[in-house]
Amino acid sequence: MNKLLEKHEVFVAFIILGLVMVFGVINPNFFTRATLYDMLRSSVVMGIFGIGVLMVLVSGGIDISFTAIAAFCMYVTTRYLKGIGFEGSVLLAFAMSGALGILLGMINALLISSFKLPTLIVTLGTSNMFRGFMLAFIGTKIISVLPPGMVRFSRMELFPVTTAIGGTNGLSVSIFVLAIVVPITWFILKYTMLGRGIYALGGDRVAAERAGLNVSVIQFFIYCYVGFLAGIAGVVHASLIRTASPFDLVGTELSVIAAVVLGGARITGGHGTVLGSILGVFLVVIMNNSLIMMGVPSYWQSAVIGIIILIGTSITAFQSKRTGRISLVEIE
Amino acid sequence: MVMNSLTRSQKLSNPGIKSLSARMDSNLWRLLLITIAVFLIMGLLRPHTFLTLRNFRSMSYQFPELGVLSIAMMLTMLTGGIDLSVVGTANLAGILAAKFLISMVPAGSEGPVGVAIFGAILIALGIGVLCGLFNGFLVSKAGIPPILATLGTMQLYMGIAIVITKGYAVLGYPEQFLFIGNGVLWIFPIPLILFVIVAAIFTVILNKTAFGLHVFMLGTNATAARFSGINNTLVLMRTYLISGFLAGLTGVIVIARTNSAKADYGTSYVLQAVLVSILGGVNPSGGFGTVSGLILAILSLQFLSSGFNMLRFSNFFKEFIWGFLLILVMVINYLSTSYQYRRRLERQKRMAKA
Repeated sequence: MNKLLEKHEVFVAFIILGLVMVFGVINPNFFTRATLYDMLRSSVVMGIFGIGVLMVLVSGGIDISFTAIAAFCMYVTTRYLKGIGFEGSVLLAFAMSGALGILLGMINALLISSFKLPTLIVTLGTSNMFRGFMLAFIGTKIISVLPPGMVRFSRMELFPVTTAIGGTNGLSVSIFVLAIVVPITWFILKYTMLGRGIYALGGDRVAAERAGLNVSVIQFFIYCYVGFLAGIAGVVHASLIRTASPFDLVGTELSVIAAVVLGGARITGGHGTVLGSILGVFLVVIMNNSLIMMGVPSYWQSAVIGIIILIGTSITAFQSKRTGRISLVEIE
Repeated sequence: MVMNSLTRSQKLSNPGIKSLSARMDSNLWRLLLITIAVFLIMGLLRPHTFLTLRNFRSMSYQFPELGVLSIAMMLTMLTGGIDLSVVGTANLAGILAAKFLISMVPAGSEGPVGVAIFGAILIALGIGVLCGLFNGFLVSKAGIPPILATLGTMQLYMGIAIVITKGYAVLGYPEQFLFIGNGVLWIFPIPLILFVIVAAIFTVILNKTAFGLHVFMLGTNATAARFSGINNTLVLMRTYLISGFLAGLTGVIVIARTNSAKADYGTSYVLQAVLVSILGGVNPSGGFGTVSGLILAILSLQFLSSGFNMLRFSNFFKEFIWGFLLILVMVINYLSTSYQYRRRLERQKRMAKA
């Protein structure tokens, strides 16, 4: 039992359960299928982002440009598809946006791996570049009528239920995007040399290099993968809210990072799991969505997220301190 | 990482203070050249608007806010940390000071103006110090990496400010208070004077005091600093406290200049303060940086910004350029450091042969 509790994921899961209980008692409407669908739907975009952030954090870096990449890819893709009057499937939008994401991620990768620049500052710079470039040269107009493929995608729902006001509410198929991304990333991190390399790089860069890992290649993969995920998440985001706004998404990067850190990933690298990150995302989404349901004014959100980040990071800092102390004792 | 080990090995191979100051100087010269070049280009492109007294006047009202924030940022970066919460702190301090001002001297009435202004400044600085202390506690005692700690407090301070104001601006201060942000002493705007004072004080602190030395040592190698008897916790606490204090001061300048306090004022200043520091030669992994470099960096950025406005570039284009510059400067710094390193190695090889 003690060993189970020491696992960070279990800890987060318990917090989520506790919160759900509390919210359910305060507002019985909380325990409906509609709420569950809502929460899942709101977790998709943040979840995809979170998976990317996890990979970066595990490698010992930090990326704050992924929301700018997502906005860029989403906006350029929708604008282009709209411009050529594309009527086909949403898959092309995903492919195009994802490919653009890889390209932008490659810029990050190039700067980070060939010039050995600090990841925070590189991505701080590129996030401004991407957003500034899009708004200055591509456009600032919000596209409120999406290409039909994306609209069809946003309307696809599973297991519909009739809501109190008479409409139907179902589980958005967008959850499948997350359901594909999660196991793939889990597999990469857990069962491939590349994934082990990412953990090794985050644990100790010099040691990873001496062990014969090609750090540049690993970093290249990480930032391209994050870019790809960002591109995908951008299209999902636009489809779900049925508008493509170039002003969206940028500004949410910190809450995503906070969610992943809450899920047990350490900003110093080497630690973090896919399951933990997803739980962390759920936790933040539940907090965000329920605050409003519980009647807490929305202007509390920023403060609450700040407190969540601080609590989450203190826990991980405390844990790493404790394990550090334990290993010291063992050596003695 | 490699940059860090490069500079470290440089110091190992050449521990003399002279080579260090020579390195600093080359960076300063380069910056001075950039600043002059930007000035000349803008002056040539828009001689009738850029080279006017009015433009210089308005520029010297604009940059001190960012300047003081950049000094705060620089200080934390010298220890190898970062303070992303400076803008949040400044806005929170400004808002509380503004609330106090308004409650003491409601618009249109004749309250105890002197006391109110004094109190408001004290409150802003006090809030800044408190916010800084909290950052310092999180970084040095709780052991949270500075990026994350200040990321969290940035959200927290901004969140508190939003909760207090419900997102609205706090407006309407007494005339005398606005003097701090808009007044002129002889021909010098008050914000400029404040910036010059802060810059002068921090030049002295960093170069002439034990605390300054400790900051540099801590930033160069925290473990070595601790073993040489420096109380790292105390140094970090003080660093973040001072950074918070400066942010509080910025809060006063901002609300006095704009006559309003808002929770989300100047959020882009965080990036710009990092940009100014790095452009000014501060090493983001700690240990290197000068106030004079920072001043040159902020001047060149201000020339660029005013010039862009006159050329009617959009704000988004400016955002793009900031990001581009940040990365360009980092790449140039990296290339020049590795070039110098290689040259030094070759020289040593030659000397070994001879």
